[in-house]
Amino acid sequence: MSARDRILAKLRNAMPAENRPAPDVAGWFAGHRPVEGKAEKAARFRHFIELAHAEVHAVSSANWVQKLWEVLAAREIRRLLLAPGTEHGARAMNQLSQSGIECRAYDRAIEQWKEEMFHYIPAGFTAARAAVAETGTLILWPDDHEPRLMSLVPPVHVVLLDSTRIYNTFFEATQQEGWKDGLPTNALLVSGPSKTADIQVTLAYGAHGPKELVVLLMGEDA
Amino acid sequence: MSEQAKTGQRPADVYFFATCVVDQFFPGAGLDAITLLERAGIRVHFPEEQTCCGQPAYTSGFPDEARKVAAQQLTLFPNDWPVIVPSGSCAGMMKHHYPTLFANDPARKAQAEALSARIHEFTDFLVNVLGWQPEDKGGECTVVLHTSCSARREMGVHLTGRKLLGDLAHVTVAQQDHESECCGFGGTFSIKQPEISGAMVEDKVKSLKATGAERVVSADCGCLMNILGHAAWKDRQEGRAQPSLPGEHIASFLLRRTEERSGK
Amino acid sequence: MNAQPIHFKPSEGFRGRAKAVVDNPFLRQSFRGAMDFLMTKRAAQFPDAEELDSLRTLGEHIRQYNLGKLPDLLVQLEENLARNGIHVHWAETPDEANAIILGICQKHSAKLMVKGKSMVSEEIELNHAAEAAGIGALESDMGEYIVQLAGEKPSHIIMPAIHKTKEEIATLFHEKVPGVDYTDNVDALIQIGRRVLRQKFLEADIGLSGVNFAVAETGTLCLVENEGNGRMCTTAPPVHVAITGIEKIVEKLEHVPPLLSLLTRSATGQNISTYFNMISGPRKPHEKDGPQEVHLVLLDNGRSQAYADDQLRKTLQCIRCGACMNHCPVYTRIGGHAYGTTYPGPIGKIISPHMLGLEATATMATASSLCGACGEVCPVRIPIPELLMRLREESFSAPHENPAMRGQGAGYKPWVTAIWRGWAAVYRSPSLYRLATWLGSRFAWLMPSNQGPWTTVRVPLKPAPKRLRDMLKERG
Repeated sequence: MSARDRILAKLRNAMPAENRPAPDVAGWFAGHRPVEGKAEKAARFRHFIELAHAEVHAVSSANWVQKLWEVLAAREIRRLLLAPGTEHGARAMNQLSQSGIECRAYDRAIEQWKEEMFHYIPAGFTAARAAVAETGTLILWPDDHEPRLMSLVPPVHVVLLDSTRIYNTFFEATQQEGWKDGLPTNALLVSGPSKTADIQVTLAYGAHGPKELVVLLMGEDA
Repeated sequence: MSEQAKTGQRPADVYFFATCVVDQFFPGAGLDAITLLERAGIRVHFPEEQTCCGQPAYTSGFPDEARKVAAQQLTLFPNDWPVIVPSGSCAGMMKHHYPTLFANDPARKAQAEALSARIHEFTDFLVNVLGWQPEDKGGECTVVLHTSCSARREMGVHLTGRKLLGDLAHVTVAQQDHESECCGFGGTFSIKQPEISGAMVEDKVKSLKATGAERVVSADCGCLMNILGHAAWKDRQEGRAQPSLPGEHIASFLLRRTEERSGK
Repeated sequence: MNAQPIHFKPSEGFRGRAKAVVDNPFLRQSFRGAMDFLMTKRAAQFPDAEELDSLRTLGEHIRQYNLGKLPDLLVQLEENLARNGIHVHWAETPDEANAIILGICQKHSAKLMVKGKSMVSEEIELNHAAEAAGIGALESDMGEYIVQLAGEKPSHIIMPAIHKTKEEIATLFHEKVPGVDYTDNVDALIQIGRRVLRQKFLEADIGLSGVNFAVAETGTLCLVENEGNGRMCTTAPPVHVAITGIEKIVEKLEHVPPLLSLLTRSATGQNISTYFNMISGPRKPHEKDGPQEVHLVLLDNGRSQAYADDQLRKTLQCIRCGACMNHCPVYTRIGGHAYGTTYPGPIGKIISPHMLGLEATATMATASSLCGACGEVCPVRIPIPELLMRLREESFSAPHENPAMRGQGAGYKPWVTAIWRGWAAVYRSPSLYRLATWLGSRFAWLMPSNQGPWTTVRVPLKPAPKRLRDMLKERG
C-alpha cells in the first residue's frame, strides 16, 4: 500500500458516522453585510486601502493617464512596465512615450529577462479586475498581457481600477463572478504595499514586494 | 434555572454548597455569605454530607476520581431549591462540567443536568435572582476586584461582582491592568509548574497593588489563596509587618459594608 | 537557544527552559509588550460582539463540516489539482515528506531552494534534510530569515523572531551579512533583508511554500501573507513545491472568505493580509511567468491519529492564527522556545503530542492553568482547555490496550494515581472527609513551613482553626 492509500484508509476508518449539514455561508453574509451603493463602496474601499498605506487618486476616464504621468514624475521614474496588448496599456504607452517615459512591455518569458526585471524596472502599471470595499482590496487576475510578476517585482505598482467594479465583500465577488467555475492559474488579492512587522512588531513597508501601491480610482464621485 | 428564578420570584429556601476550600481555609467567607442570604430573608440549608465538587481531580486528568466525588454531591440536594456556591470556579464545575462528567451514566447524567440548572454562583444569585441592592454604611474606600478565570469565562461573574461593588455608594473600584488575566493558581498547575505559576502571581499582585487599592476582593477563594499567599510572602521577604495587599471574599466585604456598625 | 536536533524530547528540560525566561526581566517585558500589542489589535478588529460570535460559530462549522468528509475531500482535491496540472504527493512521516521534496530538488539538479513561511516545513525539519543533501534552503520571510541567520527556530508561528530585539538583529546582520554596517533602524534592516533575498528569488531553482487553505472543488492552493515573499517563492523560481497538513482543506471556495477573515483578524488584527495568493496551476504554455511545475505534498504526521477520536479531532480545526499564543498567560511568560516544539503555545500543547507522541510531550499539557483565554479567542472554537484535560488523562492513566494516542500512559506514576485514589476515597465519603478536615483544623500547626513548590513564592497554607461546619454548629 502507498502512503496515500494508508492515510486514506486510516481516515476512512475514523470518519464520523454522521457529518454536520453544510454551513450556510451565504446566509451569514446576507445577515451581516448590508447591500451598499456604488459611492459608499468606493468610499469604503478607499478608506481601507489608504489605511493600509496605499496612495489613491480619483481620476476620470479622460485624465487618468495624466495622473499616471504625475505619479511617475513625482518619483522621478522614467521607465514603466506596462501591457500594450490591453486597451489601458496601449493608451498609457501612447501618451507616456511622448512625455519622456520609456515604456517596457512584458513581451517574453521571464527566463529571458529575469535580471532586468528584478533590477531595472522601477514601476509596473496594470489594471485591477475588481475590488473589495470592506477590506480595501484589489483583485488581480494576472494573464498573458499582465503576468504575475508585474504586480510584485517592480518597487512601485500603479493600478487602474474602475470604481463600478467594487464589490462589498470578497465573498460577493467570488459568487457574482462565478469563481468556482473558472479560476486563472493565479488569482490575487492585494490590499496595500508589501509590509512586515517581524522586527519588534514595528511596521515597515516594502519587505519583498512593491514598496508603494498607487491606485487610480476611475469614475469615483468626487 | 429553578422555578423560582424562572418566574422571577425570591426563593424561600436555598442550599449552600460551601466548597472544600471555603470549608477548610476560608470558613469566615462561607459564614458571611450565609448571613447575607439570611438577612435577605432566605432560609439557608447546609447539607452536612457535602465535601468537594471534584474539580481538582477533574482538571488534573483523573476524571474517574472526580466522578466518584461528584457522584456524592449529586445526592445532596433533593428539593428543587437553588444551590448557592460561593466560588465561580466550583460553580462552573457543577454547572458546566457535571453533565459531561456523567455523559456515559444516564441516571446520573439526568441528575447532573437537573442540578446544573439550579446552580448559582453567589454574586450571580444576589444580582440576577434576588436583585439585591446593598446599602453602603461604610466610609470611603477603594478596592480592586479579581475574578477567577472560570468564573469569568464560564459564569460571567466579573459582571455581577462589579455590579455589587458599583452599587456601594462609598466604594471606588480600581481598575488593574490585565484584569482578565489568570492569577496563576490553576489548582495543581501551581505545584507542577511553580516557576510559571509564580511569575503569573507575581505579575498579578503587582498589577493589583499598582492600583493603590487598599484591598482586593474576589468571589473565588482559590485565587485568594494564591494572591494573598504571594502578597504575604513578598511582605515577609521585604520585612513588612502590615500586609501590603489585604484581601477577602466579596461576601465578607459586602456584609461588613452593609452592617450597622461598619468600618471599612 | 540553538536549533534543536530532530527527535528532541520537548518534555525534558521544559521547566528549566521556562525558568530561564521567567527569570529574565528583559525577555518577560518584551513578550508582554508584544502580546499586549497583538491582543489590542485583535480586539480592535472585532468591535461587534455578535458578529464575532456568529463568525466564530460559522468558522467552527466550516472546519467541522470539512473534517467530517476529509478523506473524500482529499481525493477530490487530488483529482482537481491533477486536472489543473499540479502534482500531488502523500507523506505519512516527516522523513517521507523530506524524501519527496529532495527528490523533486534532485530531479531538477537544484542548488538553492527559497522558502516562504511554512510551519509544516519546520515540522519536518526540511532545512536540516536539505542541507544534508547539499541543497541550500533559505528562509525568505523576514522573521524566518532572521531566525535562520541566528541559527535559531521560530518562537511564534506568525511572528517567528518576536523574541529578538532590533539591536540583536542589527548586530546579527552586521556580523552575518557581508558589507552591512550596524544599524538598528527597522526600515533600514528590512531593506537589507530585501536586497539580499531579492537576489535569491532571482537565482533560486525551487520555491517552497506552505498552504493556508486548499480548495477541493477548484483545485486551488491559497496562501496568506504580508511581505510578498510567498508570492516570490510561488512565482519566480521554475518549480514551486507546497507542503501542508492533510487537515487544511475545504470543500468549497465559499468556505474561504469567512476563514480568511477570521484568520487575519485573529492573528495580527488586520482586516485582511496584504496578499492573498490563490494558485490553481503552473504556468500555461502561452503565459510568461509562474513556475513550470507545481507540487503539493500532503503530510499526515500524526494528524490521522487525532482524527480518529471525536474529541481529539477538534484539534484539526485549527487555522494557525496564533491568537491562542497571543492571549496565553503562560506563553506570555515563557515565549515560544521554552516549549521545545515546532508549534508553541496552547495549539502546540494540543497538536504536538500527535506528532511526537505523548512520551515526548507529556509535561506540556500540565503547563496550563486552564484559564480558558485560548478557547475564548479561538476563531474556530477549539475547546483547548478541554483537550488539555483529555491529554492529561491520556498521559497519567495506566497504559491500556488500544489507546487513542501514541504514548498513552507515558506520564503514569502508580504513586500519583494512588494519591488521587486516596483523595477520592476521602472526598467521596462524608465521614472520612469530616474526620480528615477535623484533624486538619486541629493540627494546622503541624503544617510544615516548607510546602514544596507552593512556598517558593507563597506563605504556607494552613487550614483555619474552625471549619465552616463547626462555625455553623456553634452559631446554632
